[in-house]
Amino acid sequence: MADDYILQVKDLKKYFPIKGGMLSRVVGQVKAVDGVTFNLKRGQTMGLVGESGCGKTTTGRVILRLYKEKTGGDVLFEGKEVYDLNAKQMRDMRTQMQIIFQDPFSSLSPRLPVGEIIGEAVREHGLVTKAEYDDYVDKVMDDCGLQSFQKERYPHEFSGGQRQRICIARALALNPKFVVCDEPVSALDVSIQAQIINLLKELQEKRGLTYLFISHDLSVVEHISDMVGVMYLGNLVEYGRKEDIFDHPAHPYTKALFSAIPVPDPSSKMKRIVLEGSIPSPANPPSGCKFHTRCKNCMKRCMEEAPVQKEIAPGHYVVCHLYDN
Amino acid sequence: MAKKREDGYLSGREARRIQKENRRIINEFEKKRKRKNVPESEYLTTMHDPNNAVEFDDLHTFFFTDSGTVHSVDGVTFSVPIGKTVGVVGESGCGKSVTSLSLMQLVQRPQGQIVSGQIRLNLGDKAYEISKVPQEKMQSIRGNVVSMIFQEPMTSLNPVFRIGDQVDEVIALHDGEGKTKEEIKKRTIEALEMVGIANSEGVYRMFPHELSGGMRQRVMIAMSLACSPRVIIADEPTTALDVTIQAQILDLLRNLKDRINSSIMLITHDLGVIAEMADYVVVMYAGRVVEQGTAEDIFYHPAHPYTMGLMASKPVVGKHVEQLYSIPGKVPNPVNMPDYCYFRDRCEMCVKECEGAYPGMISLSDTHKVSCYRFLDEHRAEAEDPDRMPEAVREMMDAMKKLHADNAAHAAGSDAEREV
Ligand SMILES: Nc1ncnc2c1ncn2[C@@H]1O[C@H](COP(=O)(O)OP(=O)(O)OP(=O)(O)O)[C@@H](O)[C@H]1O
Ligand SMILES: Nc1ncnc2c1ncn2[C@@H]1O[C@H](COP(=O)(O)OP(=O)(O)O)[C@@H](O)[C@H]1O
Ligand code: SF4
Ligand code: SF4
Ligand SMILES: [Mg+2]
Ligand SMILES: [Mg+2]
Repeated sequence: MADDYILQVKDLKKYFPIKGGMLSRVVGQVKAVDGVTFNLKRGQTMGLVGESGCGKTTTGRVILRLYKEKTGGDVLFEGKEVYDLNAKQMRDMRTQMQIIFQDPFSSLSPRLPVGEIIGEAVREHGLVTKAEYDDYVDKVMDDCGLQSFQKERYPHEFSGGQRQRICIARALALNPKFVVCDEPVSALDVSIQAQIINLLKELQEKRGLTYLFISHDLSVVEHISDMVGVMYLGNLVEYGRKEDIFDHPAHPYTKALFSAIPVPDPSSKMKRIVLEGSIPSPANPPSGCKFHTRCKNCMKRCMEEAPVQKEIAPGHYVVCHLYDN
Repeated sequence: MAKKREDGYLSGREARRIQKENRRIINEFEKKRKRKNVPESEYLTTMHDPNNAVEFDDLHTFFFTDSGTVHSVDGVTFSVPIGKTVGVVGESGCGKSVTSLSLMQLVQRPQGQIVSGQIRLNLGDKAYEISKVPQEKMQSIRGNVVSMIFQEPMTSLNPVFRIGDQVDEVIALHDGEGKTKEEIKKRTIEALEMVGIANSEGVYRMFPHELSGGMRQRVMIAMSLACSPRVIIADEPTTALDVTIQAQILDLLRNLKDRINSSIMLITHDLGVIAEMADYVVVMYAGRVVEQGTAEDIFYHPAHPYTMGLMASKPVVGKHVEQLYSIPGKVPNPVNMPDYCYFRDRCEMCVKECEGAYPGMISLSDTHKVSCYRFLDEHRAEAEDPDRMPEAVREMMDAMKKLHADNAAHAAGSDAEREV
């Protein structure tokens, strides 16, 4: 059964040291990711939501082993621990796991023509023969809605939406199985957003891709995901099928987050739970349940004892004392 | 004038000609603007409707650039009623910010200039024509009468000064005459408390980088509202914030606005934010207003194909669609606007008149106006025929109609309850 899962993440942790003082000694730790557990099936999309600074990007990056080490937990890609791979194995793994960044402006080298940006790594990894190379790059560009005559042009000559297409083409040229999309449409206009989201969905169907889709826009996440995870201060506080999360949100934070979404309906003005205050610092998180400082349902034990993950319905997991029995 | 090539290529000779011409035009405008001791009578005017705080009337604001004249605001007409919130929507580059900057006379000069039209600003006992107000006079209008909240509060706060000093300075500048330092500080603390900053004495001594994005935005709002302006321009005030913080800030803006009875001009590309905040909505496309009306008009009965496209392309929680609508094509080149409807090359609902000149405004009701040939009397039936709309647009229209009906039923229901 485990073969069903392309990605299994168990109790994943990533802390960053805070250096201070004259000797740059470690004086504390930012617990950016502090116990994240979920499984992802092949061909599915997991949406990851939460306020800024809650650890979404770091989660994506630790899974891809873009840091030298993790602080704790397991990342199994197709059943193998990613952090146990040797240099040669990791090189191969790089082509199978890709990332698309939030900012299509700064993530493209301004000095390379687009064809080279997309094709560079393909050549480096020897994915296709020299004879096939040009056609291959054309094909990838075509799949991503770019035209082959644009190969010679430089990134600054493209609009925001087109640059995001270039980023997608660069990632997909390596024929990955798994792609982390980190806020891929947040910097774009609504009308362009729709094009990029449709493109990502279409490519997923064509190529059987699995996505980890990070976004703070809940309506985009609902549209694109099969599974949804909600993060708060480094923890995955709720996780399950999209329908479970959106139709029956269980965690008080998820409920507050959902009620904060402005809906395009002028008669629905204000029926929301406004969360007081802002997210506490991950360097010094509250004791017990990290959400207790802002939670409407906070009980005495919430301040002392951290809740653990519970399955409240098949495949629907929540981390909250309200569901202890 | 030599015809420009489609791709915007300019010959050296053409480029030099444009530069020379630009210099001449710009100098003329600048000369007018910099005059000293201009009598007030030259820029006094009367509001067409005394209930309006601002009236934009056929405003044209252009940028004279080396590659040609950019028609950023190209004949914009709408008003902001006193005590109301007007939402301005449209995709990036459509002229939302330039419209609001024109009202502040903060368009980047010298290349950016208000070339024609009027902006009438209501000062209570009198009204000014902003495009004619000389520079020196403008100082006292900014901040006092009209103030602005920007998208990125970090860039608008000075990183090297403490929060307290920066708010003090604003208060001293606009409202500090005859006040001691202590009195000004007291006002600052009050202003910080008014925007919901709990630890106001502490924040008074902090630097901007010590605050979160939401707190910085609160400070910005405190600064802009310190002098109870008549008009608040909020340009994407929550775009850089999380939804939870956004909800707090929107709540705050709404409450403060009511407290000092000012008007808000809210610029955003988020239709959800507009629906929640705005009484009236103005939809801009390529420098022009294509549709305007009450929030109900625009959301329940969108009429312009661009407005419909925008609404259909936004994913909405709880509304499941296979594919999002995406408006085909792209915005026309602002240096080289066509002489027909600017939306025609992307429009999927054209009628034969669309071949002709740019469409004028057609009134659909007292409040609702649209610039589109589909609403000529002879096409009216066609315009409202769902079978002629792209599928995603039809779905969206159906959903909004249903929502409207449900809301009406719900309202009727609760009225009945009240009568019992
Ligand atoms: N300083 C400038 N020089 C030349 N052109 C300018 C300048 N500022 C704005 N423009 C042009 O004016 C047009 C309208 O710009 P504006 O900033 O008002 O758009 P907007 O709708 O507010 O966009 P966004 O949502 O990206 O802020 C654009 O075509 C833009 O390129
Ligand atoms: N390289 C780093 N060094 C120190 N702190 C970091 C680093 N990267 C991220 N963090 C911190 O970790 C937390 C989570 O960050 P991130 O995952 O980027 O959040 P987001 O959910 O916005 O993507 C934040 O508090 C951030 O400041
Ligand atoms: S554990 Fe307690 S404080 Fe935490 S979310 Fe649940 S009810 Fe709220
Ligand atoms: S005037 Fe014609 S081309 Fe323009 S938006 Fe209306 S139907 Fe479309
Ligand atoms: Mg991030
Ligand atoms: Mg703008």
